[in-house]
Amino acid sequence: MAATASLSTPIASDAPADHRQKKGFTRWIVLAILFVFLGGTLFPFFLAAFNAIKTPADYAANGPLAFPRSFDLTALKNFWANVDFTRKLFNSILISVCTAILAVVLSLLNAYAIGIGRVRGGRALLVILLISIMAPQEALVYPLYYMAKQVGLFDSMVSVILIIGVLHTAFGTYLLSSVLTTFPREIIEAAQIDNASRWQILWLVIVPVLRPTLAVLATFFFIWTWNEFLIPLVFLVSNNNQTVSVAMGVLSGANTQDPTAVAAASLLGVTPTVIFFLIFQRTLTRGVAAGAVK
Amino acid sequence: MEKSKNSGRAGYYLYILPGMLGFALIVLIPLIANFVISFTAWKGIGTPRYIGFQNYERLLVDAAFWGSIQHTLLFIISMTIVPIILGLVLAAVLFDYISAQFGETLSSFFRAGFYLPQILPLTAAGVLWGWILNPIGIVNAVLKAIGLDFMAQNWLGDASYALWAVSAVIVWIQVGYCLVVFMSGLARVDPSLYEAAELDNASWFGRFRYITIPMLMPEIFVVALTTLIAALKVFAPIYVLTSGGPDNATTVPSYLSYYHFFTTNRVGYAAAIATLQTAVTIMLGIFFLRMQSKQTEGGR
Repeated sequence: MAATASLSTPIASDAPADHRQKKGFTRWIVLAILFVFLGGTLFPFFLAAFNAIKTPADYAANGPLAFPRSFDLTALKNFWANVDFTRKLFNSILISVCTAILAVVLSLLNAYAIGIGRVRGGRALLVILLISIMAPQEALVYPLYYMAKQVGLFDSMVSVILIIGVLHTAFGTYLLSSVLTTFPREIIEAAQIDNASRWQILWLVIVPVLRPTLAVLATFFFIWTWNEFLIPLVFLVSNNNQTVSVAMGVLSGANTQDPTAVAAASLLGVTPTVIFFLIFQRTLTRGVAAGAVK
Repeated sequence: MEKSKNSGRAGYYLYILPGMLGFALIVLIPLIANFVISFTAWKGIGTPRYIGFQNYERLLVDAAFWGSIQHTLLFIISMTIVPIILGLVLAAVLFDYISAQFGETLSSFFRAGFYLPQILPLTAAGVLWGWILNPIGIVNAVLKAIGLDFMAQNWLGDASYALWAVSAVIVWIQVGYCLVVFMSGLARVDPSLYEAAELDNASWFGRFRYITIPMLMPEIFVVALTTLIAALKVFAPIYVLTSGGPDNATTVPSYLSYYHFFTTNRVGYAAAIATLQTAVTIMLGIFFLRMQSKQTEGGR
């Protein structure tokens, strides 16, 4: 225990471990309170999982709070088949991957010009780009909807990818510009002396160095896009094009009469993100902060 | 030499071109178009008819609109103020107490657990909570089980509770974000500050008040700004949980404009709502960024 305590204060690891006395009883109370809070936070997930695998009879007899006494995947299977969940998953993955790539590439190009190229007006551009973050999507959605209809991109995943990709570019540009402003000039000058073109410098010098940052950024874009709602709701009207997020939104209130079905729907709706979360937990919980405060 | 350097810089404009083109097409032009539409009467088809400020005049006497603004103020509390307070306390407890007493692994575990609701699709969270809060849902079942039947309500369907129920869900979603940002902020605070305070026998609350909060000021600022902007834009939770109802009891500007755009087809009117919302958000953003740059100039 002493070893782990000193881990949290690595800068002065010898003395403070002794000063930070373990307060026998209170620490267990604090821990218990935290566990209660955490339990409350995670309770909805357990509820969904428990009830999704019950038979309706079990639910009716023992209520939603009882531990499942039956094991029945019918509700999950029905929901999966009814909303064609495979298709929704595929659409969500396709849109999120393409959007993440588009947004990362656009952000990188912008940031290259602003951070490395120091183009005139670069800082002003960063401020103007903030409009994409601040403006509510409702203020853009109708003209975009109209434009998409004119050019035949309505009810097409392409329109959603383009729109969300560009909207996310603002954050990416902001983040990558501040990273690239501090990129060691000597490396770039060395490459210039070797007669590398701008394009080569970007792809052969900068991208390899930035790869971890770009990966974090892409992860964020992927999850943000996955959760995006208004734009896909407006643009993807046909069933075959809908995302998981839209399918969930459309479903709400639709079949409340069958509680195990709703539990199954909630469970399937949250599961993909919970899986991403388990995979990217460290990236996400640290990266949020990296992006937020610079 | 000088000349080649200059032309070198100009070459970089090519790289910014796609981004700017995208920004113009997808943000700038639609934003301006929306602004222009807000001065017209338009059903989405045919030619928009210029009507001056009439849409805005109607907004001023639209009870649903004023209601939506009041609800937004409440959502600022549930999205910004309450999560920041809870996030600060949790971050301080986890960082300064749990990780010292029980080790860092446990505090990371708590952090991850509290963060989980934040990354769910809002609609999936909405379906989940809609099921928990419905009249025959979990909350009422719990109340019944512990003998508090009389407290059972139609949480989302009753105008006097719906707003609070939605607020509670929003707090659930938002705490994790604040917690995560604050904890990483604490990681850069010099641990010797806490140790010195502890040697001086400062209470936990004293350390919280005089070290944690002042040191986290930059993070609090950023979180306040981002969550405030998010609060002004709340849409998905309302759409999924209540559709603005019952009787507009939970409607917000975003939902109201969506409703008029795509349900009543009063496009000009909806555009006016969206325009006002944009103006308020951007002004708030500018105000905050100004304050922040002033604070960092003075503070460091």
